Amino acid sequence: MTTADVVIVGGGPAGLSAAIAIRRLGVADVVVLEREREAGGVPRHTGHVGYGMRDLHRLMTGPRYAQALRTQAERAGARIATSTTATDWAGPTQLQIATAQGISTIAARAIVLATGVRERPRAARLVPGDRVAGVFTTGALQQLTHQYHQTPGKVAVIVGAEHVSFSAVLTLRHAGCRVAAMVTPLPRHQTYSPIRLATATRYRVPVVTGADIAEIHGRSRVEAVTLTDGTRIECDTVVFTGDWIPDHELARRGAIVIDHNHRGPVVDGASRTDRAGVFAVGNLVHPAETADVCAIGGRHAATSVRQFLSDGSWPTTPLRVIPEAPILWISPAILHPGTALARDRFVLRVSEFLHSRTIAVTQGEHVLWHGNVVGALVPNRSISIAADWVDTVDPAGADIVVRLND
Amino acid sequence: MADDGDSAADVYDVYDAAVIGAGVVGTAVARLLSHHRLSVALIDAEADVGAGTSKANTAILHTGFDATPGSLESRLVARGYELLSAYGPSVGIAIEHTGAVLVAWDDEQAMSLPKLAARAAANGYGSTEIIDAATVYHLEPHLGPGATAGMVVPDEHIIDPWAAPLAYAREAIANGVTWLPNHRVTKLEVAADTTLLTTSPGEGLRARFIVNAAGLYSDAINELFGLDSFTVRPRRGELIVFDKLARPLLNRTILPVPTAHTKGVLVAPTVFGNIMLGPTAEDIDDKTATGSTRHGLDDLLAKGRRIVPALLTEEVTAVYAGLRAATQHSDYQIEHHRDLRYVCLGGIRSTGLTASMALAEEALARLVECGLEADSKDADQLRSIRVTNLGEAFERPYQMGGSGPIVCHCERVTHDEIHDACTNLPPATTLDGVRRRTRALAGRCQGFYCSAEVCAIAAAVGDRTMAEWLGVS
Repeated sequence: MTTADVVIVGGGPAGLSAAIAIRRLGVADVVVLEREREAGGVPRHTGHVGYGMRDLHRLMTGPRYAQALRTQAERAGARIATSTTATDWAGPTQLQIATAQGISTIAARAIVLATGVRERPRAARLVPGDRVAGVFTTGALQQLTHQYHQTPGKVAVIVGAEHVSFSAVLTLRHAGCRVAAMVTPLPRHQTYSPIRLATATRYRVPVVTGADIAEIHGRSRVEAVTLTDGTRIECDTVVFTGDWIPDHELARRGAIVIDHNHRGPVVDGASRTDRAGVFAVGNLVHPAETADVCAIGGRHAATSVRQFLSDGSWPTTPLRVIPEAPILWISPAILHPGTALARDRFVLRVSEFLHSRTIAVTQGEHVLWHGNVVGALVPNRSISIAADWVDTVDPAGADIVVRLND
Repeated sequence: MADDGDSAADVYDVYDAAVIGAGVVGTAVARLLSHHRLSVALIDAEADVGAGTSKANTAILHTGFDATPGSLESRLVARGYELLSAYGPSVGIAIEHTGAVLVAWDDEQAMSLPKLAARAAANGYGSTEIIDAATVYHLEPHLGPGATAGMVVPDEHIIDPWAAPLAYAREAIANGVTWLPNHRVTKLEVAADTTLLTTSPGEGLRARFIVNAAGLYSDAINELFGLDSFTVRPRRGELIVFDKLARPLLNRTILPVPTAHTKGVLVAPTVFGNIMLGPTAEDIDDKTATGSTRHGLDDLLAKGRRIVPALLTEEVTAVYAGLRAATQHSDYQIEHHRDLRYVCLGGIRSTGLTASMALAEEALARLVECGLEADSKDADQLRSIRVTNLGEAFERPYQMGGSGPIVCHCERVTHDEIHDACTNLPPATTLDGVRRRTRALAGRCQGFYCSAEVCAIAAAVGDRTMAEWLGVS
């Protein structure tokens, strides 16, 4: 059995940023377990610009951003164990790990889960038809095109019209594949207007709204798709984008309390789960935000990890933060008064397009906060609200309710 | 009909026996024949073994408790259960003992349980036990409300369904059988001593004896011999595989009360650690309609919601659809024709996996009746083989170490396992073949993380490009 002060599971932006920050706070032995051959996470596969703004304060491509985080982590003195998978728990803060040498155990004083998210693939969305070639998720597509320089096909249909879906457009165009349509069951696309506009004018990609993919046709290769409105689109490639699900296997195997709204662990503002010594950060707890938001969250958790290592304290009587429909989820979803949040914000998602709404945060009869959200109320898009009211809650009071008002 | 068979023998390879169809039945036959002093060809229209009706089944090693007593199926399932239970562990096929409970959901079904127990006994299986509703829920606390009684079938097992045809074929090839993938038999000409088989790439071979194990197309092969004793009417079965995180919801396989038409929709653990829901049973006309359907999936979800409600809160990992080779007859259609030197194994439905090794024995016995002389090889001439264990109940390569890093994270498949799948005989030539041999790409992310690397490893083995492996070239 090996040991460490802190073991971080997952070497993406959140995990690496946590490792860097924890080392900089003077914790001696910080190990990042990365199951891939190289740390860096999803940004490694995205060839386009758009990374690093909020955390490293410069704009770069995904691979360069991943490289920058790796370099910082190495310089900070974190150990990165690649091709190393945390397979199960061996104790409250001990993990069973698999490497090319087989199974072993690592014991830590604190564990940080940063296992990320994945897109729901075709099967999870129950799209019928034959199991044909030419069906991808954005994640698979980007690795194929950017790492292995493959061309997926000639004509694609993209399922989804959120940010990542437009990222898939760029990837497909880069690979020489035309996009016949993007399809979303929602009434509008969900990215920022300039991105949609650029895609429309530069690549002439139509967005079909109010319809979802109903079936994939073809016996060995994609030949066409049918939409729920009956439209048939000829194509040889289908890319399923977004519809994020946290990679929560390790958390669930450890019986850590899961948020039934977004399926990631429930954490407080200090990234603490219900299990003493186990933290969770990144898109595992908010599926899915941009890489820099994940990085800032990972960095933010360092202070609470450091504090836990020195005093061993772990608050156990949280206040719940309950979102009311059409809010789908809010993160963090529990509060321990006196704990600051990453970026001093809660992030949340809504299920429908909404206009001119305000948000009210109440505890019993008491209105804790009332105001406007930052950004438009658009499904699948990051929405955040201020957290400056958390010090005014009654620690002995009722659950906190977050709702939208007309 | 050609009468110049022997003069043309120099053009075509001549085998003692040709087995048409490399599903679980045909490979089992080829394996058994390979234990004899015979030259054997194993022929399939597809690129891989087990790529037809064998690729989507319910993965249960059945006791045969619910077969029709006195039927061929009853006898062969019981015998096959014994044979495969012994063979599987000896070569690495994952077989896990879970047992099953057959659940009655109303009083009428509950009343039929004693009859089912009596039928089991008539099939030579006497270990069933009828239990009340409270005991059903004690055994399976996650069952939905409404169960009225149950019957425990303690000896039902679950099995890796793809490892069986793979192991049979590997053993057959290791013992001299010629494997001919991508050979669709289009014409049969029976001559005095041999039969000429014409196959689709414009090739042919001769064989003295022929075994038809062509599954969905067994009636078509029969017709090429001028026989019409049965017609295959494909019965589509759709299956939903749920995430491994759902596995704790069940302790054993949950069976419905069967009807004359189908065993019904069951919920079963898989040896891979998932939960499987299915199959549907839909008689269709198109032998190539292997796609899943909206109505099929919706039907399964509705049934699953009733049987184990919590299952529906878990993610779906995979959806499969397969066709059973059902005929107008309820029993297996096994016939032999001495004049044609021909044995037909038709109408083998979902029990074919369990019965496969017994079907091989049956085929051999009938070949001998048709005049085949089958001398056993000496034990020291037989080569044994292994397949990689993919079952969660047993140690897997990633746990042992020494086979490279994990590449497929969801299913924890190592680099060397993927490499070996593309090199060990019979090699995978498609990603589906790699998936069936290793579980790579079969997990919850369905390739989000590893599909590119799996393709790269496969492409590095031979002369096929990544695009060809992806099927997008």
